[in-house]
Amino acid sequence: MENTSQKNINNEDQSMSQDTTEKSKVILESKKANVYYGDMHAIKNVNIKMRENSVTAFIGPSGCGKSTFLRTFNRMNDYIDIFRKEGEFYINGKEIYQKDVKVEELRKTVGMVFQKPNPFPKSIYENVAFGLRIQGIKNKSVLDEAVEKSLKQAAIWDEVKDNLKKSALALSGGQQQRICIARALAVEPKVLLMDEPASALDPISTAKIEELIYQLKENYTIVIVTHNMQQAGRVSDRTAFFYIGELIEFGKTKNIFTNPKEELTERYITGRFG
Amino acid sequence: MNNSQINQIKDKAFQYFGIFCTLIGIVLLVIFIGSILIDGLGRIDWNFLTSLPSRKAEKAGILTAWSGSLWIFGLTAIFAIPLGVSAGVYLEEYGKKNWFSNLLEINISNLAGVPSVIYGILGLEIFVRTFKFGGSLLAGSFTLALLILPIIIVATREAVKAVPHSIREAAYGMGASKWQTTYTQVLPAAGGGISTGIILALSRAIGETAPLIIIGALAYVPFVPTSPLDEFTVLPMQIFNWTSRPDHAFVVNAAAGIILLLGITFLLNGIAVYFRNKWQKKVKW
Repeated sequence: MENTSQKNINNEDQSMSQDTTEKSKVILESKKANVYYGDMHAIKNVNIKMRENSVTAFIGPSGCGKSTFLRTFNRMNDYIDIFRKEGEFYINGKEIYQKDVKVEELRKTVGMVFQKPNPFPKSIYENVAFGLRIQGIKNKSVLDEAVEKSLKQAAIWDEVKDNLKKSALALSGGQQQRICIARALAVEPKVLLMDEPASALDPISTAKIEELIYQLKENYTIVIVTHNMQQAGRVSDRTAFFYIGELIEFGKTKNIFTNPKEELTERYITGRFG
Repeated sequence: MNNSQINQIKDKAFQYFGIFCTLIGIVLLVIFIGSILIDGLGRIDWNFLTSLPSRKAEKAGILTAWSGSLWIFGLTAIFAIPLGVSAGVYLEEYGKKNWFSNLLEINISNLAGVPSVIYGILGLEIFVRTFKFGGSLLAGSFTLALLILPIIIVATREAVKAVPHSIREAAYGMGASKWQTTYTQVLPAAGGGISTGIILALSRAIGETAPLIIIGALAYVPFVPTSPLDEFTVLPMQIFNWTSRPDHAFVVNAAAGIILLLGITFLLNGIAVYFRNKWQKKVKW
């Protein structure tokens, strides 16, 4: 771990790149990760390292396992009866499938935003306060503060500040998704997993979410699954290309898009299959 | 006649047949309610509602019967709702899906179809004799709670199943435990469906007679029950008792009793439906 980051610092200084992620420490890591659904081998021997305050995009054709892989990092697959995994998954150096890891605690560290906006059928305020409430926080000023801060971080405070009591379901899809992001941010996670967060949204809402991801990078480590190649190109520092459960190529986004090493990656990016 | 004409005739024929079938139900209901109202409406007054039963038809009142019915309704609700809802939630959210849960599911559905007399025999053996509750409100409401439990369980399962999975994922993703997810999200979202099942089940309980006869509820109770261990009668039993008397004046009493029973059922259902609709308006997606 240390060696690789040492080596990269030199590159970094010479290229004068904006991308400072090479220096930061590894937050998410998998070693020889394999995932099975019953007989289906969904993830095949994936080794990957994702660094603090970076945005990593998972791309690849439908059914290639990128969502499955994303969900292993906050153990959302645990509820699927036929799910089985091999290998190791680390968050901040801690193996998350060990027995002493409480999955509820893990998910407070690793927040998630889903493909379809899924606000609770409650008020905007209650949606954002949910994560704190289930931790037993009742103090109103603490909740008020957290709600305001999260909504501001999610760039939706100005649109909803006068209607916090309104049902979150009355908002537009794009606004709902930003409420969901605010909800995830309210518990101050380290990592934000986003499973195609803009795929159900119109182009303007999508642009807002992308802008948001760019800002959130300062404080969070973000992993985003996307079908939209331009989106991956715009928001991510690094891109991982998956194909039928295998990690084909992983590297700096600009390299992956301009100069892919693997022929499969090139064919996918240029739209010759997918 | 070509094919399309034949189809048109078939279409029309079925339409009229459908109207006919629907009318049978409505007409019978109108006749039934109409004749009851004609017979009994004049009999309902304050005295009738507040008098104890009597051997003389014109003096006989229905106080013990309707108060007994309300007691039974309340106690049955207290016993059946927590049990049924908890069991339904457990089976749907917590229970592993395997051959045993399938067997359980089939059996619960079958229980909903078991004749109520059988529940009466069960109640007689367990509550009246083994627990020695006698022919009390407690024995009666336990028995009726058992009777309606399957209905509540099945309704709860259906309602819980209908809650979108994305809501559960959202809660789990925030670090909520299973219980927190169930309690704060799934149950409120399923509340409308669950309460519909409860309404149906309790409506059935309040109209039941057979199991109560078996556990030994009395047709003639000269006092208003004041505790769950008191003996009791209920509206359907009082009505049944009156209709079996030869004196026509008692039949009039019975008609009045039926009006009251219908009224109470409609009223309780109305209240429940009102609250359910209020609830459902809050959870729309």
